[in-house]
Amino acid sequence: MTDHLDATDRAVINALQGGFPVSERPFAEAAAPLGLTEQQLIDRIADLRARGVLTRFGPLFKPEALGGEAVLCAMTVPADRFDAVAEQVNAWPEVAHNYARDHTLNMWFVVAADSPRRCREVCAEISELTGLTVLPMPKLHEFHLDLRLTA
Amino acid sequence: MSTPCLLDATDRALIEATQAGLPLVPDPYGAIAADLGLAAEDVRARMSRMQAAGVIRRIGVVPNHYRLGYRANGMTVWDVDDARVMALGEAVGALPFVSHCYLRPRFPEVWPYNLFAMVHGHDRAEAEAQAAEIRALLGEACRAGEILYSTKILKKTGLRLGRAPAAGQGG
Repeated sequence: MTDHLDATDRAVINALQGGFPVSERPFAEAAAPLGLTEQQLIDRIADLRARGVLTRFGPLFKPEALGGEAVLCAMTVPADRFDAVAEQVNAWPEVAHNYARDHTLNMWFVVAADSPRRCREVCAEISELTGLTVLPMPKLHEFHLDLRLTA
Repeated sequence: MSTPCLLDATDRALIEATQAGLPLVPDPYGAIAADLGLAAEDVRARMSRMQAAGVIRRIGVVPNHYRLGYRANGMTVWDVDDARVMALGEAVGALPFVSHCYLRPRFPEVWPYNLFAMVHGHDRAEAEAQAAEIRALLGEACRAGEILYSTKILKKTGLRLGRAPAAGQGG
């Protein structure tokens, strides 16, 4: 998991967490200020993806704008069932992320579906299958969403 | 803010075609257009429109926090006075190290926290210093708080949305 990122890797990551152009030759446009050629930037992004430094390259869609919904859910899972329950929960295609966290509520996952109704159904199905209480914590308000990590 | 009805079937096809990523070729929008049987200008116009409408938050690289050395990814949670949480949430969200900041419901007896702010440190000391800064900003409007660190990623596939419900399946 220790990754060597060279100065170009870092420059690409820091510059391109947004603002990738919508144009005929967007890589050429984005490459110029970084002192790279179009093909060098394409190769660099491909390499960072292949190494797992980037999880994705492309547009980030806002689920609510698509008529869908993403709901954060929390559960308290007994330690001796944790891995089995994780496997059960992850089997739903609507479960987009799932994290173990060090708290009594030790499993936190995001249910994303095309409709709020489907989100509620998935929460109910997970609760029924696991026999555990699912606490749905929908966003009531979003103050900020602008993740920019410095590499 | 946009509404779902702004999106037509072609927009949805475009969302499906691009949500896993853009092709790494010199003209990625042209490549998508060719795949979908659309004109390249049409694809670019639709992408720009969806971006302006907020359907697309941004276009670019999405790094894996852990691989950049951010090993202490903390969900800080706070029980903040309802009368002040909207103004204070804006201030917390504007802190440079806070990546996401949300108001969420409390669950009496189980979960007293209504304000969530994600922080990212190279180690727990850095994340804790960030949490302390949030705590100081919230002041006496904050009754309690905690940091929940993620100890393991159990699943991370990203969102897969945009497929229009099949006709006749009902709401």
